[in-house]
This record gives sequence, structure tokens and C-alpha cells, in this order.
Amino acid sequence: MTQSDEDWQPKIVAFLCNWCSYAGADLAGVSRIQYPSNVRVIRVPCSGRINPLYILKALASGADGVLVSGCHPGDCHYISGNLVARRKFALLKRFFANVGIEPERVQFSWVSAAEGPRFAALVEKVAEDVRKVGPSDKLVAESV
Amino acid sequence: MSDVQGELRKVVGDLLEQGKVDVVLGFEEGTRPLSASPCFIRQAERAAELVWNPCCSVNVAAYLPRLFTPDPRLKEPPPPPRVAVFCKGCDGRSVVGLIKENQVPRENVVIIAVPCGGVIDRDALTGRLNGAEIAKAKASADKIELTDESGKKHTVKLNDVLSASCRECTVRVAPVRDVLVGEAGDEPKPAGDGSHRLESMSPEERWEAFRREMSKCIRCYACRQACPNCYCHACFAELSSPRWLGAGDAVEDVMFFHLGRMIHQAGRCVDCGACVRACPMGVDLRPFTQKLVADAKELFGFEAGLDIETPPPLTVFKPEDPQEFITEPG
Repeated sequence: MTQSDEDWQPKIVAFLCNWCSYAGADLAGVSRIQYPSNVRVIRVPCSGRINPLYILKALASGADGVLVSGCHPGDCHYISGNLVARRKFALLKRFFANVGIEPERVQFSWVSAAEGPRFAALVEKVAEDVRKVGPSDKLVAESV
Repeated sequence: MSDVQGELRKVVGDLLEQGKVDVVLGFEEGTRPLSASPCFIRQAERAAELVWNPCCSVNVAAYLPRLFTPDPRLKEPPPPPRVAVFCKGCDGRSVVGLIKENQVPRENVVIIAVPCGGVIDRDALTGRLNGAEIAKAKASADKIELTDESGKKHTVKLNDVLSASCRECTVRVAPVRDVLVGEAGDEPKPAGDGSHRLESMSPEERWEAFRREMSKCIRCYACRQACPNCYCHACFAELSSPRWLGAGDAVEDVMFFHLGRMIHQAGRCVDCGACVRACPMGVDLRPFTQKLVADAKELFGFEAGLDIETPPPLTVFKPEDPQEFITEPG
């Protein structure tokens, strides 16, 4: 799987919670807001459902960046899933930086179901951040 | 040192004779010079075999979860045993962690706390002998006198061959205990100024350091087996559904294993150093695990294993939990 340097486009895996962030992304879509197409969405019921190993596995499988987004604190459909997740995410954000993986690659955010434009702006920012740090090669198998 | 050992033997003998516990988990003379092996003692007469010296380096809390796991094949499992466990400071913190995670019932353990001055790093010791085997050895409070296989005698200061985690230890005595053998004294101050090795490194240097350690690993899982926190009946590294990583020592799999295991230690690791001492290849995980410990303290004010009441940091939340890390789109 090789791409020439000029052609490279970041591959970003986005874990979006069903009730807020995924709906917000959907709203961006039906509103016909243009935003970078580098994001591959995985819908989860709640940001609290996200096992930190998912983020690690995404990076190890070749994702250049991982975006995780849930409901704003206080607005979780399951009351407190995002609050449980917030602590995990705080540790994870530091964790990847601790071993030298660029912090721009793993980002966390809150996007509500009404925030179509905000989701688009979020993807713009994350795609640009990941583009700047280049293809991820740290956790993937070296190609033969 | 020796009177603590004598007092320990008496305490254990009494506990067993009076029927207060079913089994005592401690250390006996090891099979090699300068080693001590964990042992399980059920008869009071065997209390005389217990030892306490700087060779008692295993974190014995690792044995506890299985003692309290009933055999699933039995229709009527026996009642849980009453266990007395002999703890250094780090072991004691691990026991507290296991109690909090419901792996060990508090009422079934008698924690015998012994103040610890540190344990020996065997690699540091044999390094000083240029690879010669130790034929005979005697450890005392501050030095080790040994004879190697060629008959040459050496005297080594204990401080020079202490395990790295012991040099930086801040909890010498088990903070939660039922019996104290010996005298507690003040806890040592943290070594250094509190700033962390990784903090002064650039991301490239951190990655280099991590990759360098990972390249030594052979996936023997000694670190996992030695760790009291790793008690899962099915470890993520061995699952085939989902298959998180491959089984061999390919570096991408090695990295996934250690990163995954570290993620699972976040907020739980007590930095006992058992993983580093167990590793046959000299992998040093501690710069990374220590940073995790520091992060849990900085983010949530949490230190593992100091008391039973404080809930583990990832089981609770506060409305005002830090969220500076959240990305705000421009």
C-alpha cells in the first residue's frame, strides 16, 4: 500500500456517538456543507463505549489520525457516558504523546446533533493537523 | 534485618497455630544464591522457613487473585481461604488495588507489613561480576558479600545494586496493614525534583526510547505474569475474537501489546518494578509507566494503593474534570 508523496491523503477514523456527533455529521451532510472527505466514520452508541484499544487499533491498522466525538458534557443520551469517557480520553491524549506519537493524530471533541457546521469545521481542523504531521508509520508493520 | 525475620516467623507461626489464617504467602530461601522464592505455608512448623532479605523481590500480591478465584467446575466451591500475605510497601499497595477491584476480599486477608529498604536487581549485580555465576552469598543490611564460581570474593554495597524502582520508592511500608513487623520510620522523599524523564525529551526522542525498548521484547509475557494488576482470565493479547494483535515478536505486535497493557494500567500501576525485574531481555518499561502514574496524579489527584476508600479514578467522574485536551474547531 504505497502512495506517492504528492498523492497522499490522510486517512482519519472517526468514532462518533450515535445521538449527538453522528447526527451532527449527518446534519452537515444534508445541509450540503463541503468538508474534507478524509474521514471514515464508525458509529458507536455513546462515546463511553469507546475502548481505548479501538483508538490504538485504528492507528496500528494504518489510520493517520483518529477523531473521537461525543455529546457535550451534561447532554449525554445515557446521562453520564461521556463523563466516564472524558477521564479516559484525558489520559489517552497524554498517553500517545508519552511514547512520541504526534498529539495531532488523536483528537477528542464534543459535537451536538444541531452542530452541523461545527462538525465540518472540526473535520477541517483535524484533517489539516494530520496532513501537517504526515503519514503515520510508527505503529504499523513495516512494508516488505 | 535478622530480628525482623525472627519476628516475622513468630507472627506467622502464631497466626497458623491459632487457626486465624489458612495459608501464609511469604518468601523462602531460593534455589540460587541471593534469591528468595515465594512460598505458601499452611503448617505452623514451616514458619521457620520464611525469610526476609533484599532478595525478596517478587510482588507477591500477584498470587492473590487466583487464591480467591473458585474453580468454575465445582458445583459447590469451598469458602474463600483466609490468607496472610507478607508485604513490602509496593506489595501492600498492590493488595489495596486488588481489594478495590473486588479481586480480594478485605476480610479474608491479613496484611503483614514489613518496612523495606529495597530489593536487589540481579542484572546489576551479575553485571559487576562480569558474568561470573554466584557460588555463595550473604546479604546484610547495607552490603552483600559473595564468592563467585572461580572462588573470587566480592563485596558490593546494597545501594549500588538496588532495583531502579526501589531507588525512587516513596512508600516503604504497606499503607494499609493488619500487622507491622519491625519499625515504620518516615517515608522517603521522592528522589529527584519530581519532573519526569519523558518530559525533557522531544517527541522524536520519546519514540526512539520506546522503540528501542520494544525491539528487545520477545513476548514472553513475564512482565504480565509478574504484575498483580494483570489478573484477567483472558488477556486482550491472547484473544482471537477480536484479534487485536499477532502472537509473535514482530515489532508492531510487541508495541501493540505493551501499549495496550499500559493503557490497562492507567491509574492502577504502583510502580513496584516487578515487570522490569521479571524481564529476561532487560526491557525498561518504567519511563512510560511512571509517566502514566504521574498523569493520573496530575489529572485526577489519584495515587494508587494508598487507601481502600478512594475509588479508582476511571470508575468515577466529576463535572469539573479537566478537558483542556478537547479540540475546539476554530
